[in-house]
Amino acid sequence: MLWRDFDDLNGFWDPWREFEWMRRRLSRLISEPTYDFPPVNIWVSDDDTVVTTEIPGIDPRDVDISVTGRTLTIRGSRKSEELKEEDSYHRRERWSGRFSKAIELPFNIEADKVSARFTKGILYITLPKAEAERPRKIEIKSE
Amino acid sequence: MKAGTKELQKKEARVKGDVERTKEKRLYCPAVDIIERRDDIVLIADMPGVDEKSVEVTLEKDVLTIYGEVEPEIPENHRLVSSEYGVGDYQRSFTLSDEIDRNKIKATVKNGVLRVVLPKVEAVRTRKIPVKAA
Repeated sequence: MLWRDFDDLNGFWDPWREFEWMRRRLSRLISEPTYDFPPVNIWVSDDDTVVTTEIPGIDPRDVDISVTGRTLTIRGSRKSEELKEEDSYHRRERWSGRFSKAIELPFNIEADKVSARFTKGILYITLPKAEAERPRKIEIKSE
Repeated sequence: MKAGTKELQKKEARVKGDVERTKEKRLYCPAVDIIERRDDIVLIADMPGVDEKSVEVTLEKDVLTIYGEVEPEIPENHRLVSSEYGVGDYQRSFTLSDEIDRNKIKATVKNGVLRVVLPKVEAVRTRKIPVKAA
């Protein structure tokens, strides 16, 4: 496909390439890749972006997703186990407490159409691109 | 936040010797809490992507193994542009002491968290002896 070929050409501006590059550069500054919590994976198509994150054991009501312009913010908290006085930890490795993470996407988000799903401890957030920023197919008329 | 001070990256499971899995999928070591209560020991493991059908709890001799298989859910017609966490199966083993009543072990999974309750044998349940002031 013609557009695909263009995409692979050097110098063709891909906002996602820049996004990844920025992130790598930032993490190099801190020497170790330290991402703020929770870690996310980002998937894109022409029309939208899907952000996924693993936050097991959380009550979906304790998660707050907000969108402004190009920024997605995920906030939430997970309570630690309630222990009685005689109970004791042998191991305590699981995280607990509050978290907040903001992700800036390379396009404006259609805030009204954002949807989220929580299944098996994984959160899926679908963020459609603002109408004006979607790629448009232009028909070529033959005379 | 407590999480900020701890290592939060998923850890790959250690493999004994050079034994490898036939599957090419990654294998992670789930983070666990183990709590001893008066009548039982509770093991809680974070295993996102796992449900009651894809998790296995086995007890062989004195080794308790938890295993979870994850079928990665990939959004259709999307490409991955940024990845901060990996997806794979989970496995971890623990040795149990004799004080566990093996026939009464119960396991449940909810929202990607496995919870195994290991009841203590009747005889070892600690009895609280009240100390009276003389």
